[in-house]
Amino acid sequence: MTTSAISQNGFLRFIRRIPPVYFFLILVFVGGAILDVTFADGQMVTNPTILTNILVRSVALGIVAVGQTFVIIGASIDLSVALVVSVTAVMTSFIMQGDPAKVPLAIGVVLAIGVVTGMVNGFIITKLKVNAFIATLGTTLILRGILNASFANFKGSVPRSFEYFGYGKIGPVPVSILALLIVLLAGWFILARTKYGFQLYGTGGNVEVARLSGLRTDRVLIIAHIISSLTAVLTGLFLVSRLRAGAPWIGTDGVYDLESVATTVIGGTALAGGKGGVWGTIGGVLIFSVIDTLFNQMGVNPFMKNILRGVIVILAVASYTIRSRREAA
Amino acid sequence: MTENQKNITEEKNTQLEPLLEVQNITKRFPGVLALDKVSVRFYPGEVHAVVGENGAGKSTLMKIVSGAYTPDSGDVVLQGEKVSFAHPIDAYSKGVSIIYQEFNLLPERTVAQNIFLGREPARMGVIDMPQLNKNTEAVLKEMGVEKMISPTAQVSSLSVAAQQIVEIAKAISYDSKVLIMDEPTAALTNIEVKMLDDLVKRLKARGMAIIFISHRLAEVFDIAEKITVLKDGQFVNTVNVKDVAPADVVYMMVGRVLDHYFPTLGSPGDFGEVVLRVKDASNDFLKDISLELRRGEVLGVAGLQGSGRTELAQALFGVVPFKSGEIEIRGKSQSVNTPFHAIRLGMGFVTEDRKSEGIFPKQPIRDNMLMTIRALQSFFGYVLNDGVRKSRKLVPTLGKQVDVRTDSYDREIQFLSGGNQQKVVLAKWLASDAGIFIFDEPTRGIDVEAKASIHDMIRDLTKKGVAVLMISSELPEIIGMSDRVLVMHDGRIAGELAAKSSETNIMLVATGHQNRNDANTSVWAGKE
Repeated sequence: MTTSAISQNGFLRFIRRIPPVYFFLILVFVGGAILDVTFADGQMVTNPTILTNILVRSVALGIVAVGQTFVIIGASIDLSVALVVSVTAVMTSFIMQGDPAKVPLAIGVVLAIGVVTGMVNGFIITKLKVNAFIATLGTTLILRGILNASFANFKGSVPRSFEYFGYGKIGPVPVSILALLIVLLAGWFILARTKYGFQLYGTGGNVEVARLSGLRTDRVLIIAHIISSLTAVLTGLFLVSRLRAGAPWIGTDGVYDLESVATTVIGGTALAGGKGGVWGTIGGVLIFSVIDTLFNQMGVNPFMKNILRGVIVILAVASYTIRSRREAA
Repeated sequence: MTENQKNITEEKNTQLEPLLEVQNITKRFPGVLALDKVSVRFYPGEVHAVVGENGAGKSTLMKIVSGAYTPDSGDVVLQGEKVSFAHPIDAYSKGVSIIYQEFNLLPERTVAQNIFLGREPARMGVIDMPQLNKNTEAVLKEMGVEKMISPTAQVSSLSVAAQQIVEIAKAISYDSKVLIMDEPTAALTNIEVKMLDDLVKRLKARGMAIIFISHRLAEVFDIAEKITVLKDGQFVNTVNVKDVAPADVVYMMVGRVLDHYFPTLGSPGDFGEVVLRVKDASNDFLKDISLELRRGEVLGVAGLQGSGRTELAQALFGVVPFKSGEIEIRGKSQSVNTPFHAIRLGMGFVTEDRKSEGIFPKQPIRDNMLMTIRALQSFFGYVLNDGVRKSRKLVPTLGKQVDVRTDSYDREIQFLSGGNQQKVVLAKWLASDAGIFIFDEPTRGIDVEAKASIHDMIRDLTKKGVAVLMISSELPEIIGMSDRVLVMHDGRIAGELAAKSSETNIMLVATGHQNRNDANTSVWAGKE
């Protein structure tokens, strides 16, 4: 009797800890499936390839959104991720030129670019005290200027071996999905189980409290920005391995800046900082992928999907504020 | 036994070295000498209150002791050693911790995460979660509050008092020897204050020196052994509580005798017709509220924290409106669903939280005063009939009326003292010609002198025919100011008491021990 009561309690607690975004996800998925079965061929539920594709679609946005979640928990924001994605894609294929021997060099260079961009963002925000929105908007413009001045179109290519990241499989599971999973788990672990994670929540929750507790808040935020840029680099590497060559518009066309922010807040991370996590974010990313797939399936004008995305962003965030108001009552 | 122990500790105290000592501390800010050669000794096992008006230098002194400021000259001596703290965390690590007036907790994190923020037990950066909770439990147990607060509870789910205790736990977990509490009871109810009292006794028994800053003298006399009085940055005196009366301390603080704290109450002839009538009104927080407010009277509203005091003010002013029931203003049935309506119906609301609801800190005094007038002007009126010219005359008049002390009305209001800020808030509503004033904690965090002048102003308002509803958690204020007292309990009006009811009577109703019918005829009536 008592054990069942406890387990039931534990179950309830578990349910309560699931980010509410997953209820939206189920809603969107079920609604989408019904639409698909009624008006199209119903492959969204019957064809495992399409299901897998939903996940693969999530990889590019998912990885960078994990990084975005870090900076937003720190009460900052990173708009430069889209350009870091572009720079990574272009530089990778430009350096590799289809030569497998140059893969390590290319990866090393883009990782360095990521670290430097994150550090610059972090320094501008913490040392020059420039608002994060403006600071990362500034670096975005700078990166875009450099990129557009140097490259106009697809440059170079990646060797076949590098395409393994985008197309390879281990058994039935695509490598890219495993990569996303690893990034997610790492993100969760850092946030929920390490001193750094706790310090990030502290810094984002209230800088003054964090400072008075002896945290080096500047360093905490700079590291968050480096993490964010590095996830953008990973997304860039994934995209270039799928496209086989990089072009300067890859990141901006994918709207990785705004979409990573949108999925993070859909997932329940507060824009004000100090609250949230990566599991919510990935729920938001999956919602976006399901919507993409649905519109593909139905053959509807793809621009229309933005309307649905917009509605979901607003509804999700509204539901959080209403919920928290009720909790306060 | 206990008597003996007491004697022994007292004897010890006289022999003991001071735990913390400030010697000839001077601190100058641009234009102000904040502290002028102040020396105080704080002994272990003792609660030492530091009192003084706003601007007396209490906060500056505490900030120096806790490492937030460095003194221009003079020394801080901790256990016989000169120390200089470069950063608050320096002070913490050497055993001096401070609990500020504003809460310094992360509401979205757990108790354990808050207490050990930045010091979590970890191996190679990975936190040992069971150990973290165990350490937290140990701290809570040491304080005797382990049953009340769980290490894994989210801080935002705790009561104000429990949050306060978490702050103290955090300070204690640094192994502090000196604990500074800056107005720790400002937001607590009497029962919670009692709890804090017990906690302080425990900490004293451990040999800690506790420095206590408070505006409530009654509390200071309850809790402290010694009182140091500062005035205008200068040391006035350090006295033993048992040797002095509150009036002596007030005299030291203000340099004159405040013979009457409160203006005389209104007489029946002053009260006019009912201007505000509420009938059976309810919302999520309030149940069956019925009340009448007359011209020329001060209607006090007392009650414990969470009894619905503030919610009542918010409902009347349309911030969180009533969902059912009737509101009549000057005999006409009205719906007050937003402050927009309330202001147009001639109501003014002096809020509890001045900083976030009463003023625009970074705007000049002038604009703060004119806020309501501008809101009342028609949409294009302000542009066409510019308020700047008008304000040239109006602002100084209002300023003089409420006695704002400033060299210029163009100064940002954030640089005024709390008392002066409150006067500007008052002026803002005077400007709008409001006939019904709601005050929520009108003198919270305000020094003695400004307090008295605010009380006088409230009474003057009623003489001009204004109706005042005044909420306060300070019973002396309720008793000293109110022509009638409503006592709230659990979202209801639990009783109405006559002027000059005793504190005991009010508390009995507020704690739900008595309802309105027998409160006045109670055996308790007249006692005290």
